[in-house]
Amino acid sequence: MSDARDAGYDDWLEAVEEGEPYYLECPEGHGSLPPRRVCPDCGATDLEETPLPAAGEIATFTITHVPTPSFADDAPYVVGVADFGPVRITGQVVGVDPTAVETGTAVELEVATSETTGDRVLALRPR
Amino acid sequence: MSDVRVAGVGLTEFGSSPERTGRDLFAEASIEAFEDAGVPREDVEALFYGNFMGELAEHQGHQGPLMAEAAGVHAPATRLESACASGGVAVREAVSRIRNGEHDVVLVGGAERMTNLGTGGATEALAIAADDLWEVRAGVTFPGAYALMAQAYFEEFGGEREDLAHVAVKNHENAVPNEKAQYRRAIEVDDVLEAPMVSAPLGLYDACPISDGAAAVVLTSEAYAAEHDLEAPVAITGSGQGGDRIALQDRTHLSQSPAAREAGAEAYADAGISAADVEVAEVHDCFTIAEVLALEALDLAPVGEGITAARDGLTTADGDLPVNLSGGLKAKGHPVGATGAAQVAELTALLRGDHPNSDHVDDATVGLTHNAGGTVASAVVHVLEVVA
Ligand SMILES: [Zn+2]
Repeated sequence: MSDARDAGYDDWLEAVEEGEPYYLECPEGHGSLPPRRVCPDCGATDLEETPLPAAGEIATFTITHVPTPSFADDAPYVVGVADFGPVRITGQVVGVDPTAVETGTAVELEVATSETTGDRVLALRPR
Repeated sequence: MSDVRVAGVGLTEFGSSPERTGRDLFAEASIEAFEDAGVPREDVEALFYGNFMGELAEHQGHQGPLMAEAAGVHAPATRLESACASGGVAVREAVSRIRNGEHDVVLVGGAERMTNLGTGGATEALAIAADDLWEVRAGVTFPGAYALMAQAYFEEFGGEREDLAHVAVKNHENAVPNEKAQYRRAIEVDDVLEAPMVSAPLGLYDACPISDGAAAVVLTSEAYAAEHDLEAPVAITGSGQGGDRIALQDRTHLSQSPAAREAGAEAYADAGISAADVEVAEVHDCFTIAEVLALEALDLAPVGEGITAARDGLTTADGDLPVNLSGGLKAKGHPVGATGAAQVAELTALLRGDHPNSDHVDDATVGLTHNAGGTVASAVVHVLEVVA
């Protein structure tokens, strides 16, 4: 991996680390995630950073036993997709026994670290 | 619009041959397709070629002209990439060019070399069909993405792993007589349920294998087929394509495939048929749950009821609607870029009566192929009919 940042995405991870996660809201009220210049639902170009709800809810999840090499030392790990109001967000569910994760589990966002690469990984922690 | 005749089809054996290059695989498939078609190579006016991970697997881009050369074709050649639907979009492009009168003879196909990457390398290569920032970096694998859909399906509509196991059992059974298939071995429901987990609730036998292989199809206009007195009884009479957001998290549905629904509706309307007319289908079963989602999106089963189609015998070889008589991606194998064209090749053989499983669809005249990319952010459907 190079040291290059992905503008928009890395900024967003830092906002999560600072406890101020946001989503992009268009005038019609559609939510989306950065980096993005155009609302994918309606094509609006004036997108506004809007605070994300603090709590999300697991919509679906899986326990991954066969990872890509980038997560070789992290497996098995749980990946969940959680509803945060106007957007859904995919992350690794941390801080809980994998078999205890359920649909509907309340979670909050944090930034964890991959055991394999040391890279930042978006995480969902039951609250 | 005029129909497009399937003049000839060719397939390599699907399986593990890590030492064989993509160009060698495609050359073999194309030789078989030209022999089957009885069409001279010099009549080919274009090649459309599907491939997904050539840069990663073979350090090879610009594969269109390379594959024209491998097939002995002197014509403009284009590679199309839409993840696992690469072969399907190549077929669609070829159909479109013939229908609009631009070409009379087109070679279409695809190939993928995967096993030389090993399980980890292939898992990583397949994962890039997902959203890199929002899925891959969170640890989503290709099986993991379908597992998220399977779990959402169970939550919304019910069903259990044992229902999915029947899909795998069925497709393995169908592959036994197919000499081109990767796994010609029948399995039992317990084998599926007891296999190691890949990404819960999907285990090893819920997943298609990592495969090497190629497919080639010679398509011609009606006029060319008539003029050259070709024996080409099967035509592509309908084509459709649908799209969706790339990341699962950005979809309206976590347990349905609207892109496949759009593609199916367009193809049905194009062919002037309805789902009820379909007598045999080859659908994209990269995972057992994928076949369930495909059946529902294509209106071959009501939403929420596709899960029991294999278990109840609807989609088995002797059922009312045999699905994946080739063995499907699950047992026949899934060399990604070849799959969409391979489905057309298998269905053509089934409808012509020269497939080892043709006996199960003796009187069938209408069939359908469904090829999906990623977690169905791309979907391509073709209707094939016996017209002569
Ligand atoms: Zn909008």
